[in-house]
Amino acid sequence: MAVKIRDLVEPLEATVLVAGDMEREVRGGYCGDLLSDCIAHAVEDSVWVTVQSHPNVIAVAILVGIPCVVVVNNYDVDKETLDRAQKEGITVLRTPLSAFEAVARLSALGIPGKKRREH
Amino acid sequence: MTDEKPLIEIERRITGGDFQSAGDVSSELKRILQQIGFPAAFSRRVVIAAYEAEMNVVIHAFRGIFRAWIFPRHIHIEVDDEGPGIPDLELAFQEGYSTAPPHIREMGFGAGYGLSNMKKCSDRLEIDTRVGEGTKVVMDFFLKDS
Ligand SMILES: Nc1ncnc2c1ncn2[C@@H]1O[C@H](COP(=O)(O)OP(=O)(O)OP(=O)(O)O)[C@@H](O)[C@H]1O
Ligand SMILES: [Mg+2]
Repeated sequence: MAVKIRDLVEPLEATVLVAGDMEREVRGGYCGDLLSDCIAHAVEDSVWVTVQSHPNVIAVAILVGIPCVVVVNNYDVDKETLDRAQKEGITVLRTPLSAFEAVARLSALGIPGKKRREH
Repeated sequence: MTDEKPLIEIERRITGGDFQSAGDVSSELKRILQQIGFPAAFSRRVVIAAYEAEMNVVIHAFRGIFRAWIFPRHIHIEVDDEGPGIPDLELAFQEGYSTAPPHIREMGFGAGYGLSNMKKCSDRLEIDTRVGEGTKVVMDFFLKDS
């Protein structure tokens, strides 16, 4: 069954900081805080779970084709980040959960952890 | 490069240490490639390599110029910076090798994957670097029939 961005909010106990296209389908997940690693290994249409919250996260999300970023541990998110996400239509969720717990909940929704092998 | 006239040429400045506008050039390039209608997988590899080159100037150099020539089936990118240069290129290409300082790593840079991402994404990559002067990255991308 297709999982949409809107379906992530409740299980993650998340606050919607920026609502992009909430009806968009999520096809995989990536968790990590190193931007180049995300670029190398994340697959498009994935949800990205991270502690990072500065504007470059949105730049990377655009490049990879990630429609939804989940900032864990209730970290503060820069205003710049939110403005950029708004402009680009990328959803930003903030959750009090740890990265581990957030991924566990996403996994329980049936979202697979996808990894890119070659470009 | 070919004698053919490019569809579009772009030239943008990159400022070292400016993390607010970091990534803007690559984001703009992505929009342009999408508008022209390049296949998504092709655009993706061009834009990722461009981003890594752009970010290396922001992180490691003082200032640089990003230039791209977009042809119907070929993209040529040159990123030329004034900066410290790279003393050992072979080492720099090793995945995981990075000289990024702690405050930069905190932002998630410095995984040491940038150059390796550029190599994987491009069809040709050439780096000309002089210690104490700067670094020039030249990349080509060819649209192949699939
Ligand atoms: N334009 C440049 N000027 C000076 N040094 C550079 C430049 N580009 C790369 N380097 C050197 O090469 C190393 C490896 O670069 P690479 O892009 O692979 O990793 P990184 O930039 O450190 O981290 P990441 O790209 O994963 O965020 C850098 O840490 C730096 O020492
Ligand atoms: Mg780099």
